[in-house]
Amino acid sequence: MSTTSALFLVLAAFLASAVEMVEALTIVLAVGVTRGWRSALIGVAAATVALAAVVAVLGPALTLIPINGLRLVVGTLLLIFGLQWLRKAVLRSAGLKAHNDEDETFREEIEAGRGAGEQRRLGLDWFGFVVSFKGVFLEGLEIVFIVITFGLNADDVPAAAAGAAIAGVLVLGIGAIAHRPLAGVPQNTVKFAVGLLLSTFGTFWAVEGLGVFAEGSESLEWPGGDAALPVLLAVWAGFAWSAIRLLRRGRLDPAGA
Amino acid sequence: MRFVRGFGRFWYDFVVGDDWRIAAGVVLVLAAGAVLVATDAVSHGVLVPLVGAAIVGVVGVSIVQGARR
Repeated sequence: MSTTSALFLVLAAFLASAVEMVEALTIVLAVGVTRGWRSALIGVAAATVALAAVVAVLGPALTLIPINGLRLVVGTLLLIFGLQWLRKAVLRSAGLKAHNDEDETFREEIEAGRGAGEQRRLGLDWFGFVVSFKGVFLEGLEIVFIVITFGLNADDVPAAAAGAAIAGVLVLGIGAIAHRPLAGVPQNTVKFAVGLLLSTFGTFWAVEGLGVFAEGSESLEWPGGDAALPVLLAVWAGFAWSAIRLLRRGRLDPAGA
Repeated sequence: MRFVRGFGRFWYDFVVGDDWRIAAGVVLVLAAGAVLVATDAVSHGVLVPLVGAAIVGVVGVSIVQGARR
């Protein structure tokens, strides 16, 4: 894999993981503030163990699939995943969808935490434990999915894991110091970048993986090989930029025209 | 039963998300690409950018639909 591709890989894993971690951090902070830190942190620890179990099962299982089949299946999933992010980012930037607001989410979680009744199980505040566990597990699952799929497809799991680890240290470090949601992070811009990167890699791998149907099952080659990645990124960025401009002028929306 | 439904719902939301047209469109485009590859009907040099362009078209349709809502 070329240096440019490896850099894109680390960047994609870093940004995608950072977004998910900021969301998980908001939930855990709200639970900790309203329901106590013990249950919230035990929820985080339990979710981390559950995620490690998912990685232990999913990682080796995926390595059993031949690389072209893997590229097609995982590329397709990544593509669908990334295009959803890109679509939402375009609609948000055009003012047709509400922007994410971590402060607002934090307030909602605080209210939910204060309004919930007291129920103790296994010596824990059960509401606090469950909300914290679910928040970290579900957001973490997206990180695991991105790291494993990116890593295996690019044949560089350590690079993808490094991107996620850097994001983890940064987000958790700032969260631990600030003790409040990271509302200053330009989350919508980051989500836009993640959507572009996931769509780029997804398109690249899914189309390459179609080679599994060719005689000899050789990967299809993009013109220029790995050098097609920055070109694809530019195509997706140009498409998104044009779509936003047209939507703002009402030219892509017949109902608003 | 509630667990199975919840499990299915989670994976649907996780993979398909809030616009099923993207998932359906991508699968259709790749299936058409697979047929063309298997039958060797189009040279790979043409097929690769063609499939890429069709995927961009799928998102374009989904965005227009999203803007109408």
